Amino acid sequence: MMNAERGFRIATSIVAASAVACGGNEFVLDPAGPQAGRVTDLWWYMFAVAAIVWVLVVAALLYAARHGHGRDVPDQSDETNDRLRRPVSIAAGITVLVLVATLIYDVTAGEALASLPRDKALRIKITGHQWWWEIQYMDPVSGNQVSTANEIHIPTGEPVQIIGSSADVIHSFWIPNLAGKKDLIPGHATAMWLQADKPGIYRGQCAEFCGHQHAKMAVLVMAESRQQFNSWYNSQLQPAAPPPDSMSKTGEKIFMSKGCPLCHTVGGTMAQGHIGPPLTHIGSSYTLAAGTLKNTRGNLAGWIVDPQRIKPGVRMPPNDLAGPELQALLSYLESLR
Amino acid sequence: MAPAATATSVASAVNLQPGPTYTVTRTHGPYDYNAYAISEGKTLFNQFNCTGCHSNGGGGMGPPLMDDKWIYGSDPASVFATIMEGRPNGMPSWRGRIPDYQVWRLVAYVRSMSGQASKDASSGRDDHMFTKESEQRLDELKPRQASTPQLR
Repeated sequence: MMNAERGFRIATSIVAASAVACGGNEFVLDPAGPQAGRVTDLWWYMFAVAAIVWVLVVAALLYAARHGHGRDVPDQSDETNDRLRRPVSIAAGITVLVLVATLIYDVTAGEALASLPRDKALRIKITGHQWWWEIQYMDPVSGNQVSTANEIHIPTGEPVQIIGSSADVIHSFWIPNLAGKKDLIPGHATAMWLQADKPGIYRGQCAEFCGHQHAKMAVLVMAESRQQFNSWYNSQLQPAAPPPDSMSKTGEKIFMSKGCPLCHTVGGTMAQGHIGPPLTHIGSSYTLAAGTLKNTRGNLAGWIVDPQRIKPGVRMPPNDLAGPELQALLSYLESLR
Repeated sequence: MAPAATATSVASAVNLQPGPTYTVTRTHGPYDYNAYAISEGKTLFNQFNCTGCHSNGGGGMGPPLMDDKWIYGSDPASVFATIMEGRPNGMPSWRGRIPDYQVWRLVAYVRSMSGQASKDASSGRDDHMFTKESEQRLDELKPRQASTPQLR
């Protein structure tokens, strides 16, 4: 008896600890918007129903085990059958009712998730790549589109429409605090809505196995006030800042003369590659390599020199640069804010 | 990364003009039997916009790559040199831009377009709609020497 009690205490503390550990910016049960809120409500409803059903079933089992003890032959007389018909029918009826109620709740929740007011909503196209996220803001005004990678800024309290697709294999876009999953499928556009009511940084992770570095394919959603969002958006609309000093000027020359422009875009320069993420404002991004590393000078250096060690299989090749060349290149990239 | 060592010595021996005296021993490329490398080469061929001039092998501004005519040699070392150093009449030099191992992958794919690479390792499909039979289904074409295209 003591052992059972101790086991129960350990089990509950593990559940409680993992709930606390998971809480925060990548957790389904901590919704930050109406879409995720509905998913969370549905989750709690199903949890409650399952818990009640489980307790009842176990209670019935224990009752049967205790009272049925000692009987050699099951009682199959007509009287017993008649006596049990009623409770069994009621239990079956309740089961069907619970399932139908769950189905109705599920369908209405799904319906609500699929729609938000469409007028003037921000539209963002997200394309999955092995292994990073391409983010394009589809502003209807020509020349107002912004392309970035791995970090999505959105204004709080406004519905955002996500149009998803993929450049290679199937990926899945999932920001647990904001909405459910949506698969990104090559050659096919999928749409979903999300809205963040609380400002904050919400992390997401590719939710469909997509190859070697699936685990290192994270995305951050920065929910901020409309004003902050507008100023961020305007800064993103600008082409790359010209190199401020001679060192970063040298770095720019190195960038353009090596393989970098084959894959990367730096807005306003001749570098217009579309295989890797755009680097026009790389200096101001939080992370490198889709959430793999913090964006620091040292990490950036390691990434440029030998990305295959940090993220084996990634498309970026190793770069053989002399020390001074690398330092100049780093200064240039850091100046792209 | 192993082929890098041989790459430099090969790449510097460039013969810009084709001619009857230019003989090469037929050798296999480092990735001719490597399915992963060939399919990577196929991806790179599209991503680096080789298709811009050579199309999907049928040629356009640049010569076709899926036929049996080779102006600058069909052996892996010559194709490597063609990509690394460029050739007259438009082929740019990719030295210093594309790393050696990726060039070797391109070499394997380019050769597979006319059945020069191993059939077992060549691609069986395209990422886009089929415009031609996949490389795996091609019969090996016997390479023959072609002359430089003449400007008229």
